[in-house]
Amino acid sequence: MLASVRSIVRAIGITVVPEATRLDDAEWSAIEETVAAALASRPAALQRQFLLFLRLVEWLPALRYGRRFTRLDPPRRAQFLTGLQDAPLLLVRRGMWGLRTLFLMGYYGRPAAAREIGYRADPRGWDARRAGA
Amino acid sequence: MTSRSYDVVIVGSGAGGGTVAQGLVPLAQAGRRVLVLEQGPRFADDEFTGRELEMAGALYHDGGGFLSADGTMTLAFAHGYGGSTIVYTGTSLTAPERVIARWAVPGLDHADLLRRSQRYLGENNVHRLPAEELNDNNRLFETGARAAGYAVEQFPVNVRGCRGSSLCNLGCPNQAKMGTNRAQLPTAERGGVEVVTRAEVVRIAADRTLTVRVRERPAGAKGLPSEWQPGDYQVETKIVVCAGGALGTPPLLLRSALPIARALGQGFTCHPALILVGEHATPITNDVGHPKSFFVDRAAEEGFVLETCMYFPFTTAKALTGFGAGHSAIMGAFPRLQQILVLSVDHARDGNRIEIDRAGQPVVQYRYSAEAVAGLVRGNRAAARIFFGAGAVRVHAPFADPPLIDARDAGRLDALIDERHWKPGKQAISSAHLMGGCRMGASAADSVTDAWGRVHGIPWLFVADASLFPDALEINPYVTIMALADRVAEGVRRDFAGLVD
Repeated sequence: MLASVRSIVRAIGITVVPEATRLDDAEWSAIEETVAAALASRPAALQRQFLLFLRLVEWLPALRYGRRFTRLDPPRRAQFLTGLQDAPLLLVRRGMWGLRTLFLMGYYGRPAAAREIGYRADPRGWDARRAGA
Repeated sequence: MTSRSYDVVIVGSGAGGGTVAQGLVPLAQAGRRVLVLEQGPRFADDEFTGRELEMAGALYHDGGGFLSADGTMTLAFAHGYGGSTIVYTGTSLTAPERVIARWAVPGLDHADLLRRSQRYLGENNVHRLPAEELNDNNRLFETGARAAGYAVEQFPVNVRGCRGSSLCNLGCPNQAKMGTNRAQLPTAERGGVEVVTRAEVVRIAADRTLTVRVRERPAGAKGLPSEWQPGDYQVETKIVVCAGGALGTPPLLLRSALPIARALGQGFTCHPALILVGEHATPITNDVGHPKSFFVDRAAEEGFVLETCMYFPFTTAKALTGFGAGHSAIMGAFPRLQQILVLSVDHARDGNRIEIDRAGQPVVQYRYSAEAVAGLVRGNRAAARIFFGAGAVRVHAPFADPPLIDARDAGRLDALIDERHWKPGKQAISSAHLMGGCRMGASAADSVTDAWGRVHGIPWLFVADASLFPDALEINPYVTIMALADRVAEGVRRDFAGLVD
């Protein structure tokens, strides 16, 4: 589902979570699978809206910067997405919130990301912590 | 289509449905047929892994991503044997007297609710955790709240054998939380009540027949198969008790086209909530231990309640405003993070309502009131004061722009955290306290049911969940839901002969 927009998703992803630049292809695939699965459970209309919004994110910067989103440098990408986040139109803010949420789900939903940030919750609770887990 | 016949059918198995099921054991033991239909599955103990996306996908409606119609608030509710009691933290507070007085439901008084609530507090082993089981995240809240001048209280919680996994909201992996899945439903089943899972009630007909769809267990999914063969059923009954929650019961009744008052679906409210994060200089215990031990109740005075909380990586990342290096820096400091949940009071009002779409699924029309936003702003400021009072070096406050506030600016919180920074769709607002839509009241002119949960004009149809609330409860609702459901069960037992014969 995301194959046609993979480069846009990855460009947005590394703007939302800069550490994502360190991911290898397998890790990117895992993130994209999570995002695709979350979208697949939603109505078809919402999936179409998501893909349309991604394409708007790609092409709208051409009006302001003369380049597509994927061709912008990192500061300008961040500046553009910040503009979407603070846009006067609720529809635009919602779209940005959705993009951001989906990528954060894919990135921080990985056990590797939890380990990297030091999240150590364990079903065994205090017993595990005292045992040094 | 297969046909079945029962005397009483209860739709839903959460705080309301589970309580009614147990309350109707005397009928079952007298040979009457009592059935609980639960939309979600029954989970095996070892299926609660604590893994965030895996458990959210299995337990929550839409994987925890159900949104209000305008997309600005996430509404969390669960499906499964035990309903949303599977995923709450077990905080067990009784309804404030001033709230029940304000509800002004003829025939409902606070003393009666309190008496019934206390019975369930005992049954669910509600107590305050000993000091040695509290983690730093909770202790720092207490310290900071006292330093900031707030009266702080310890939550009573309904756990037995809690190991401190911190994973309550993903379903307790140690079966320590006394939800209806652990307490009331097993008692009901031992007493002869039948529970069927993966069974969605499509509609209720005026001749007291329910159309029920039993779903197959999807390949690879968590949960046990249904007790019935997958397929469509017609279930005839004498009495129906709807207990599917505020986003289950009103949609079911709207789909059913019964002659119900115009108030059906109206008066939806919730406690809009957001998360603040405080960063400390050194690591604290936060992802081990019960996550919710203390609260500050300023609902009556300032329209907000603060609660300790500790969420999981994705939920935390989503709750933070913004993105990029600043966002990552906070996430990278996870072992040093303290979290506070701010809940705002928002009274029920015209326009905020539950509807259904063309597929019969719930649609929540909700607009933030000025009162709710003001409560969130004041709650943001109070939470920030508590963090700094506890020694945090910086705070992430969604109602500040930029959201990160350093300790050196702790004296400027009123200026930095302000309503001018509120932008629906930018801040991550959520709610797990969903109320109203079938409000109690005097007559069909102003409400859906009477004070005993009986639908006006339909003597065989009852409601027993948070949709009964005529207004916000201003605290965690499950004990009050159980108390109201206890009244419904009593009413059904009392009037059973007349309704069946």
